[in-house]
Parts: sequence; structure tokens; C-alpha cells
Amino acid sequence: MSVRDLLPIVAVVGVLALIPFGASANTVLNFLVFTLIIAIAAQGWNILGGYGGQFSFGHAAFFGTGAYATAMLQVHLGLNAWVAFAIGIGAGAMVGLVIGFLSFRSGLRGSYFSLITLAFAEVLRIVANASAITGGAAGLLIKLDVRPANFQFHSRAAFFWIGLALVALVLVLTRWLEHSRFGAQLMAVRENEDAARALGVDALTVKLGAITLSAAVTAAAGCLYAQYFLYLDSTIAYGLWISVEALLAPIVGGIGTVFGPLIGALALHGLGNLTSLMAGRIPGIDLVVYGALLVLVVAFAPDGLLGLVKRLRARLFRRAATETA
Amino acid sequence: MLAVERITKRFGGLVAINDASLSAGQGRITGLIGPNGAGKTTLFAVIAGFEPPTAGRVLFEDIDITTEPVHRRAHRGIARTFQIMQPFAGLTVRDNIAVGAHLRHRARKDALEKAEAVARQVGLGGVLDRQADGLTVAGRKRLELGRALATAPKLLLLDEVLAGLNPSEIRDMIPVIDAIRESGLTILMIEHVMQAVMGLCQHIYVLAEGRIIAEGPPDAISRNPRVVEAYLGHGAAARRRGSEASHV
Repeated sequence: MSVRDLLPIVAVVGVLALIPFGASANTVLNFLVFTLIIAIAAQGWNILGGYGGQFSFGHAAFFGTGAYATAMLQVHLGLNAWVAFAIGIGAGAMVGLVIGFLSFRSGLRGSYFSLITLAFAEVLRIVANASAITGGAAGLLIKLDVRPANFQFHSRAAFFWIGLALVALVLVLTRWLEHSRFGAQLMAVRENEDAARALGVDALTVKLGAITLSAAVTAAAGCLYAQYFLYLDSTIAYGLWISVEALLAPIVGGIGTVFGPLIGALALHGLGNLTSLMAGRIPGIDLVVYGALLVLVVAFAPDGLLGLVKRLRARLFRRAATETA
Repeated sequence: MLAVERITKRFGGLVAINDASLSAGQGRITGLIGPNGAGKTTLFAVIAGFEPPTAGRVLFEDIDITTEPVHRRAHRGIARTFQIMQPFAGLTVRDNIAVGAHLRHRARKDALEKAEAVARQVGLGGVLDRQADGLTVAGRKRLELGRALATAPKLLLLDEVLAGLNPSEIRDMIPVIDAIRESGLTILMIEHVMQAVMGLCQHIYVLAEGRIIAEGPPDAISRNPRVVEAYLGHGAAARRRGSEASHV
């Protein structure tokens, strides 16, 4: 990985970092922080789904574990929020490793893997809804004590920059993945598992590494969510909504690309919010936009928005070339 | 180098391979031929570790590897190509071959360099950046070969690398295989193209209905009546002898 590979990341993150100076309205920042949380969750999904070809329908399992671990450690044990944040990421990674071990070792692929991940997330949601330690259906409230040492800030911009820093970290991680042996083997498993094994790739180990990494990133999104909203219940943490968000953003933005999840999350939520603003309070109008956008992308840009841009640019170059010729 | 000892493979009631033994000597090209459905590809799958045998042993460099998983065998130095080509369709030729090269090279840069060298060796030097699913059949066969070679194997299992190629493509491919053997690799090849089998192999095994029915040097095999019968049907050898005699 060279400096040139990192340049686009620095540019994009740099521009985004300036937003709070221009738009400091709480509603705008609220929207941006939420979108960044989704982007991080989606970046996590993209490592396993985009680069590894293992389509999880249950990334809520990791998001929720990160969120609950962060909250419970603070509420029940009085742990420092930053420490709880780090442990939450580790807990998410562990859940990823366990789910991965159980499903990959039994050779589950394709839609079977998707369904088992969905089942795991649902089981966790039901357990979290029923047990006392997670606050049951009433949920968990993290005590309000606004100090940076507690990972609580007066300014929403602080959360925005922390979220953006996490996004940037995962962008670099993903870029590294593209230039590493681990990444090459992961993509080989995605393209053709048998051929990869014949070339000496230990497919099980590679997939376990991918799901652990993927779960850790998505768990980080969950930790940030808990810390930002200071409230959790089982439908928020382990609900289907986040599993869908995590896979929708990469598909719309460009699956298996570095920037795909971020672009997808911005496009989906930007468009969703704009329609909500313009159409007024029609309930569920943003979901209609999601659905429409997904249909359009799948029909006309199967490689996502990034793939579409690449295709249009190639066509433009070809036209320019034929005109000069 | 490779010894297959009394391998039997059953799929339910079907006996795909019945008590087959063969060996591939260091630095030689050994051929495995036989009519369609004889069990050649199944035997390859057993050797490479994709199918566990029902009975029998596979020895590589005198070590019993019968129960080792596929990727461990690759580390030991066994590489295979697939009869039905299995390219990493969405990756470039360079990235395809680099996956193989990564077996012995951790650093991306080294793996890519090795991949380029191997691509030139198998005649893919000009299409390094093309996506694998954009290659012709001949190109994909070369890619199979290149990926396997990039793992720096000691034993190369070639499953019909010439099938589906036209005569001029076959003529281009044969020297590539010969050059690989000259570099010291041991090759075991399944092949239907007799011109190639007779020209390249030093020793040939014939598999029919799951059994090894003959073995020997190419010219002896082509005259063996049991082999002729396996390919052309019962009594064919006798008829052929008769017609040859009448031509004299």
C-alpha cells in the first residue's frame, strides 16, 4: 500500500470533516452522525459480503452486541465509556468468530449462510428482549454525564468527527485488504472456493478472519450508536433494520469497493431525508425511496453507483477517442 | 514422488474407482488415459484431496497424505488444474495467478512479480490486466496452468488442459508443457488428445470402468489389445488385427 493509494481517502475524509463548519444546525449534524453510523456498519458488512462473497442477513448480531456491551458495562459495572467502547468492539468480534465457526465449519454457503445469520440475530434479539441484564423490553439507559472523559459531548460535531475518524480508519483497513495476501485469498474464496483451496488457500481460516474483522467494524458502529443516543432496546440493537441498512448501503454504493458503503449510506439517507423534508410527514416515504433506489440500482447499475460512474466514464472516453480518431 | 495405492472410491452403490494403483516418477510426465466415465477425474480428486477415498492410500514423497485437506497438500507441493475451468472470473489474469503465487510469497509485491513471470511462461504476458471471464477457452486453459504453476509445485496434476482446443492451439500448448517438465517438475496428466499423450508421456496408465487395465510406455499401450477394446468395444482388437493382416 503506497501513499498514492491513500490519497483519495485523505481527500474525501478531509472534505467531509469541514461540513460542521458550514452546517452546524443540529438536525443536519444529527442526520450526518446517524448516516456515518450506518456507513460504519455497512463497511463492516462489505468486508465479509463484498470482499468475501458471504452475504450476511444478520449483521444486527454484531451491531447489537457492540451496543449492548458498551451500555451494560457502563450501567452495571460503572466502567469508563471509552474502555467499554473498546470492549464492545471485542465482544462483537467474538460473536462474529463464534457464528462464523458454527456456520462455516458446517459448510454453509450462499443463501443457507444468509438464513443462519438472520436466525442468530433474531435469537439474540429475543434473548435480549427477555433477560434482565439487558433491561428487557424497557431497554437500557446510559446515565447522562456530559464530559469528554465519559465519551459524551455537548457538541454533536464532536460525535461527527469521531464517527468520521472511524469511517476513515475502516477505509484505510479496506484499502489495506485490497493490497494484502489475506485480501487476495478472501477474494479468491469469493470467486471460487474450490479453485482457491487447490491453490493452498485455507478457506475456513480466511472466512473466519473475514467475519471476525467484519463483526468488529459493525460492532464499532453499534458502540457509537449506544454512546450517541444513550438508549437501547432489543429492536434497536438487534433489529432487522440494521441488518438491512448494513447490506443495502454497499449494494447501492458499490459492493466490494473501498468507498461503496460510505457512498451508499450517504445516497440512501440523503435521498430519504430530502424526500421526507419535501413530502412532509407522509409516514414511511423514505422507505419508499429506499425501495425505488434499490430497484433502480439492481436493474441499471448492478455494480452500484461507483460501478455506474466507472461505466459512464469508460463510455465517455471511448466516445472522445472515436471523435479524435 | 507420488504413489497411489489400491484406491477404491464408491458413490453409494456406484464403484467409480476399483482398487487402482499408480505412481508418478520424479521429473517425468505420466499419462492417465481411458474412455469417458472411466473415473480419471475422480482419481484426480482423490489425489488432490477433494474426495476422500473409500479405501486405499495416497503417498506423496513417501508420506501418507490420504486424510490431509486440499490446502495442506498444496503447501506440500501438489497443484492441480480443473477439467472444467474454474477461473476467478471477476479478477484480472494478474490477480488470478497472484493467488497461487501468494502460497509462497507473503508480500503483495513479490506475488505480483511472480505472477507476471508465470504469465509470460504460459503465454499470457499480453493479457495481464484483462478480466478472467473475458479470456478465450485457450486463454482460460493457460490460466489454469499458470495459477497452478505459480504455487511452485513439485507435482502438477493436469486434467485435460488440451481438451476443447483447436489443433493449432494444441501445437502451441505442447511446448509449454514440455518446458515445464524440463524445469524438473513431475507431471501427471489426464488427456484425450492422443497426439499429445503419445508425444509427451514417458509412461501411461489406462483406466477403464474404474480399474487400471494396462500400463507401460506409449507405443506398447497403443498396441495393447485390452486398451483397444476398452476404447472401441469387445472384439475390436481382433477385428483390427484381421484387417491389418488383410492389408499386407
